[in-house]
Amino acid sequence: MEALANPNFIAGFTIALGAIFPALAIGRFVSAAMEALGRNPSAGPAISTNLIVALAFTEAIAIYALVVALAIKFVA
Amino acid sequence: MLSKRNIIILFVAVAAVAANFIIPKPFDPVIVLHAEYIPIPVRLPLLGDHIPNTVIATWVTMAVLILVSVLATRNMGLVPSGLQNVVEMVIERLLGFFEGMAGERARQFFPLVATFFLFIIVSNWMGLLPGYGSIGVWEEHHAEEVQAVETVAHEAEKAEEHHEEEKVLAPILRSAATDLNTTVALAICSVVAAQAFGFRAAGFGYLTRFIKFGRLFSFVKGLIGRGPRQGLETLLMGVGDVIIGVLEIFDEFTKILSFSFRLFGNIFAGEVLLIVIAFLMPLLASLPFMALELFVGFMQAFIFAVLSLSFFGLAVAHGEHEH
Repeated sequence: MEALANPNFIAGFTIALGAIFPALAIGRFVSAAMEALGRNPSAGPAISTNLIVALAFTEAIAIYALVVALAIKFVA
Repeated sequence: MLSKRNIIILFVAVAAVAANFIIPKPFDPVIVLHAEYIPIPVRLPLLGDHIPNTVIATWVTMAVLILVSVLATRNMGLVPSGLQNVVEMVIERLLGFFEGMAGERARQFFPLVATFFLFIIVSNWMGLLPGYGSIGVWEEHHAEEVQAVETVAHEAEKAEEHHEEEKVLAPILRSAATDLNTTVALAICSVVAAQAFGFRAAGFGYLTRFIKFGRLFSFVKGLIGRGPRQGLETLLMGVGDVIIGVLEIFDEFTKILSFSFRLFGNIFAGEVLLIVIAFLMPLLASLPFMALELFVGFMQAFIFAVLSLSFFGLAVAHGEHEH
């Protein structure tokens, strides 16, 4: 159990755990966007633009987890 | 399928993959979160004699952008040709896209938003060039000094023995966005500019965008008889409006954090990925990751610009609706 206190392990675990929910959310976003695109192909640019912006917000949350993992690993 | 050309290609590919594991690595990769300070020959007034390598990369990016701008606007013709043509094409495409997103108002935001885009994309893509991260200065890597609290002589000697010194390469150039300082600076520019645009559009009424006292005031006016009597729900909604307003002010600060960490995380993680792949399997595996970094560099510049544009639009829209 003491091996769990290893900072390398904690850093890896941080990003692994923190990327699960953003990944699921991105999958739902893209699936909804594909569905909307299939129903209304002429709204393509509008759908893609909004999708990209939503993806940026969601990915940022995974990036927060990554930054915390990097900080744990490289800054003490 | 088994033509002579394909056999040669297959052989070269297999040889490249095998060579990855046979060729010995010169040293282990060292990944540092903060920018390394590079000694410079002259002593600058404010900066001293050590400059962070990301600042040098920022200067290189600025030099590239300024040089291209100056060269493209020399002897401008009404019908563009050469470099002026390329630059005009880029500007035209950007403006068309931003106007598609934000409509008429895109024109007033365009200089700032396009600068964000061009600076970040040039800085990210230049960070992939050979020379960034590989040409540098050898410096001693001081391991963590043992805590020598006691100043007894032999204790101090033991502490010096633990003092490891191995040479570590401090690169002269390092992609600008891999430094948290750069990305926080860009994020602060973006958020402050949004507030500035809001004030310019709405005057002091911009402050009411955040904390809306409207409903609370109308309830109080109803109490003291200056206006129509309001129900209790107006009071509750008024208090809710104020609380939401305070949260929105916090949101502006969160925007600074999210802008900076999104850009920093993406680019720094990409650089770490490239370093690790370069030391693990340089010969074939570097290619798809370089392509990924090209794409990520473009995406992050695009996202930064597009999000800035939409926040500017939100800040200005308040003024147009109210007055």
